[in-house]
Amino acid sequence: MKQVRPLSPHLQIYKPQITSILSIMHRLTGIGLSVGTILIVLWLTSLSLGESSYEYYIIFVKSVFGKLILIAFTFALSYHLSNGIRHLFWDLGYGFELDVVFKSGVVVIFSTLVLTSLVWIYILF
Amino acid sequence: MAEFSLPKNSKIVKGNKFDYNGKSNNVKHFHIYRWSPDDQQNPRLDTYTLDLDDCGPMVLDALIKIKNEIDTGLTFRRSCREGICGSCSMNIDGTNTLACLKSIEEVQGDVYIYPLPHMSVIKDLVPDLTNAYKQLASVKPWLQAEKDVNEDSERTQTPEEREKLDGLWECVLCFSCSTSCPSYWWNSDEYLGPATLLQAYRWIADSRDEAQKERLNELEDSFKLYRCHTIMNCTKTCPKGLNPAKAIGAIKKLQLEN
Repeated sequence: MKQVRPLSPHLQIYKPQITSILSIMHRLTGIGLSVGTILIVLWLTSLSLGESSYEYYIIFVKSVFGKLILIAFTFALSYHLSNGIRHLFWDLGYGFELDVVFKSGVVVIFSTLVLTSLVWIYILF
Repeated sequence: MAEFSLPKNSKIVKGNKFDYNGKSNNVKHFHIYRWSPDDQQNPRLDTYTLDLDDCGPMVLDALIKIKNEIDTGLTFRRSCREGICGSCSMNIDGTNTLACLKSIEEVQGDVYIYPLPHMSVIKDLVPDLTNAYKQLASVKPWLQAEKDVNEDSERTQTPEEREKLDGLWECVLCFSCSTSCPSYWWNSDEYLGPATLLQAYRWIADSRDEAQKERLNELEDSFKLYRCHTIMNCTKTCPKGLNPAKAIGAIKKLQLEN
């Protein structure tokens, strides 16, 4: 009997690459931003429902859990923005050399951390 | 929809261990993917131990030694042993490369060897490249020129025009890049993959070719070309140091002008 050929392993065995990690992060933060937009809708909804509901919303976002969600949202926004600019350079035909790819990747991570910190330093202090 | 886990018949099980009886301290363990169509078993990882003082420097040397001296059943493709034929492409130490160009010393710890990822396996380290070759043929990787040239002259190029093909013609079609690309893993039925797109660009960029417009039109497709999301695994893994991602970027840019 002829056996069905197996599929060779892929995700299971491929070593995580800085290239693909940053790429999947772009997609994940993109999904995160879409889902996170619900927060803005909820904010506007609570506002339109009146003072007391708005109060509840503010209590929620000022709680530790709410802050963590907002920090994650800011992180996703900073990353998606920074890496999006990296993608624009690629679309213009620049930055495909491997050493440049590594460097621009580091710049994206750095700028994500800086932007996220700046926003939260501004909010918290 | 992308399937992230392996099908039931593809899950890797524990394999055989071939004991080493020599005295050398300079030994290395090789864990190699095995699957045979002759029995009803799942793929397994067999372990071999080699004395590195009595073995050539490259992973391909180790594979040949194992096949010659320990397990004649071990199956893999190889020919030129110097990175020209592109036969011995496989996944070594977590990334795709040519076994003949990968030195054993470069690998820290045990050496893990699998076939090119997300491919149908014919036997052991031999993947089925039928689809990859069919995709390559689909971009017509040959010169298309209708205009007559003088019978006693060649189709000439200036040195500058010729230079544009550097970094493109050197591809040995080992498909290390295509099978390193997650996008190709999930869409290989429609997405052409970096190896084939690099070849497509090799002819688009050729000043002698007269079919540039048709070539670009043929590629203007959300799957064939635009499943490339500039992940860059292709360029990172290319054992010949080529840059398929850059070539794909160049095609995308030309599409805007076309």
